[in-house]
Amino acid sequence: MIYTLSRSPLSVIGFCFVSIFLIIALIGPMIIGYPGDITGAIHMDQKLKPPSSTHPFGTDEVGRDIYSRVIMGTRLSFQIGLIIIFIAMGIGVPLGIIAGYMGGWLDEVIMRVTDIFLSIPGLLLALAIVGALGPGIKNAMLALSIVWWPGYVRLVQGKTLSLREESFVEAAKSIGASKLRVIFGHILPNCTSPIIVKASMDMGMAILFAANLGFIGVGAQPPMPEWGAMISTGRNYLPDHWWMATFPGMAILITVLGFNLLGDGLRDILDPQSRI
Amino acid sequence: MEPILEIKDLKIEFATFEGISHVLEGIDLTLGRGDTLGLVGETGCGKSITAKAILRLLPIPPARIVSGEILFEGEDLLKKSEEEMKEIRGKRIAMVFQDPMTFLNPVFTIEEQLTDVILAHKGKEDSGLRGGRLNRKQAVEKAIELLREVKIPQPELRIKSYPHEFSGGMRQRVLIAMALSRSPRILIADEPTTALDVTIQAQILWLIHDLVQRHGHSVLLISHDLGVVARVCKKIAVMYAGNIVESCSTVQLFKRPLHPYTQGLLNSILTFSRRESEAQGIKGMIPDLIQPPSGCRFHPRCSRTMDRCLKEKPPMIEIEEGHWISCHRYESPLSPLFKRGVGGD
Amino acid sequence: MANQLLELKNLKKYFPLGKGFLKDHKGDVRAVDGISFSVRGGDSFGLVGESGSGKTTVARLILRLVEPTEGEVLWDGRDICKFSESEMKEMRRNMQMIFQDPHSSLNPRKTVFKSIAEPLIIHEGMRGRSLRERVEELLGIVGLKHEHMFRYPHELSGGQKQRVGIARALSLHPKLLILDEPTSALDVSVQAQMLHFLESLQEKMGLTYLFISHNLAVIRYTCDRVGVMYLGRIIEMGKTEGIFSSPRHPYTKALVSAVPLPQAEQPEKMIFLAGDIPSATHIPSGCRFHTRCPEKIGAICEEVEPSTHRFSDGNQVDCHLYQ
Repeated sequence: MIYTLSRSPLSVIGFCFVSIFLIIALIGPMIIGYPGDITGAIHMDQKLKPPSSTHPFGTDEVGRDIYSRVIMGTRLSFQIGLIIIFIAMGIGVPLGIIAGYMGGWLDEVIMRVTDIFLSIPGLLLALAIVGALGPGIKNAMLALSIVWWPGYVRLVQGKTLSLREESFVEAAKSIGASKLRVIFGHILPNCTSPIIVKASMDMGMAILFAANLGFIGVGAQPPMPEWGAMISTGRNYLPDHWWMATFPGMAILITVLGFNLLGDGLRDILDPQSRI
Repeated sequence: MEPILEIKDLKIEFATFEGISHVLEGIDLTLGRGDTLGLVGETGCGKSITAKAILRLLPIPPARIVSGEILFEGEDLLKKSEEEMKEIRGKRIAMVFQDPMTFLNPVFTIEEQLTDVILAHKGKEDSGLRGGRLNRKQAVEKAIELLREVKIPQPELRIKSYPHEFSGGMRQRVLIAMALSRSPRILIADEPTTALDVTIQAQILWLIHDLVQRHGHSVLLISHDLGVVARVCKKIAVMYAGNIVESCSTVQLFKRPLHPYTQGLLNSILTFSRRESEAQGIKGMIPDLIQPPSGCRFHPRCSRTMDRCLKEKPPMIEIEEGHWISCHRYESPLSPLFKRGVGGD
Repeated sequence: MANQLLELKNLKKYFPLGKGFLKDHKGDVRAVDGISFSVRGGDSFGLVGESGSGKTTVARLILRLVEPTEGEVLWDGRDICKFSESEMKEMRRNMQMIFQDPHSSLNPRKTVFKSIAEPLIIHEGMRGRSLRERVEELLGIVGLKHEHMFRYPHELSGGQKQRVGIARALSLHPKLLILDEPTSALDVSVQAQMLHFLESLQEKMGLTYLFISHNLAVIRYTCDRVGVMYLGRIIEMGKTEGIFSSPRHPYTKALVSAVPLPQAEQPEKMIFLAGDIPSATHIPSGCRFHTRCPEKIGAICEEVEPSTHRFSDGNQVDCHLYQ
């Protein structure tokens, strides 16, 4: 594995970025200096200060330490991404397997519904849903889960179709395995590789989309330290108080890039034939 | 007369996930003009890699040609540029592969693909192209003639078909036609019939045999099946784990196999014609080429090892006329094993 | 006959062409077109044929991995095609298959232990130590060691994977083993070993074998009786030795002649068949072999399907030359 990863220095970079991201998400509260700033403390006397030794990323328009907020934003983004991906997988994977394995009209119905969802651009769909439900991080996550699940159906249905014809599935049937056993014992475990690859790529994109919604204002609401929302506010203070938008922006960049590169690297390790 | 192809001490390595695989350990191979040579061996012996190396079709990296020469009509192919190789591939040395479907483009008709090949290399020195350039109509006529030569029925009609409308056997005939369209000096066939049914295989092998007799190509036929090779080839070279262990005429190989591996191989084949005899396998497994056995690579499975076998790779010597062998037990025609006659203990 | 373990009667499997909601019936792929044969307990029966012969479909029909279009599969006299799902589950203990490609017949995500244990878990609910002991026992029977138990398929050689498949098949003490090209994925030097092993296994465990192969040498080596298949029918059947040493049907003759012999002397006269194997969607009229037959008599071969003629030596052939 080291050999494959080392052949692609980019995926090593991705791996590093993601590891840093995860560590920060875990230990977040321990490395910030101003925990109060996350939950809404305001220090107007400290406002708009540039980066310094006490405030490495500077302060925002109400005096909150941006470094603390970016760090805690990591944890928040991680939670957002994870929830979206898990809900999407939870819906998409079972539907995909059922469609692929059972075939027939069930397959047709599931895939056509999936196609309908896939035909609408993700962000637009998310906006529409959030628009209907009202702004807020919970509704944003719900909306994004709905945007994401069809991708998993597609992926899993395709993989199931090809697995269905494999000898070991026939062998399982010939030893008397029930349909359920074949699906959960034989088909599902062999789908995990492409699912993991997709999930790691999707984490980055989900976080990005959530930031998009936050930027527009319909995602996370203040005082949550969500990166997109922070950029949205910071935008108004460019270019003089550049630090307000730049640091959250860099955080998004590094995180999304990291997950993409990691996903690529994982795909090379887990599923080498699908390399494009 | 100078042989048409001569491989000298070819060493090739392959970088893999687990390390460097030493796939060819310095092989020597000679193909005389008009010869039909069969290259035989089991999985992983390096026969396909040898064939691809001749036409410089190996992906470099992960493959690496460590040392050696491949002399085609006296010139070292390993030293030629890609431009020069393009002139040789398909034109002076042609290759037919195992799976015809992957070498035919499914969206073009046979006519389009054949005429593409015919028109591709334009030059006066091509035999069969009098006056140099052909126009499209002449190319189609030539294509139909080629199909007729490979015994495709009603070629003027079938030429308009797409590859998927042809059976495996027919597609292989088309590939042979393509390969021979430029009148190459050498035809390399890599497991050309492995994917075909037995009765179709018989047809194709006969076809190759017939074409070669009529046109005098030199042929290198690669197969794991000694029966297939026996049908087409007058000479055989046996490969094991990246080495050529024995090389002689077909008659010599079957009548008097000398190398322990060759003997073991012949003993393990289930021959259709002798029901009563017990076929025995060769004990052990084909070695891992990332950490190959020391000395002679066959020594772990050989029943006649000596101390030297573990230390030195045996040189290839000509023990009798036209019969080459790489085994410490046969150092010279004076070796007791050779003189004993039958080649067995 | 009461002592026939397995008997197929006029078994047919047609796959319809044309799919989708609106099934416009464009015709059928007649993969198996009326097969009848029987196998006695303890015997080895071989089915030989090239692509399109339908031999692998026959195996699937016997195991009911596909449902027959017509015909019966009798096990000890009872038609298993009429069994319910639970009866069939019980039935599966009796007959198992060794699949053609050892590299894909094992779930790459399951260890050797899990693969072999699965039938035992499904049918006997075995667990814990008794399960482990039984798996170890099976590993021993197929010549694998304890250390192989927790390996994954990709860590094994082709021959070892094949043996795991055999161990899995033997776990429920089946009476019949169907072997689909058991040696074609193996190296030459290992094939003979595998067949020897299968032979001794048969003796030790009193198994009945149904061998399916395109390799006549393998069949000749292992089977007492053989059926030669062409485009979904058995065109010649009987004792292996007789059929291969003196074939009667022109197809069998051509098949035997086509086998490349690894020997210095090559046969002078070889029989070549004209053209290709027809597709199973357009089976020739009359005798299905007439389009390629070098011994075709005439119009009768094109119009009338030959019936089975039995000889005094116990062999049978479907050919107008012998009517």
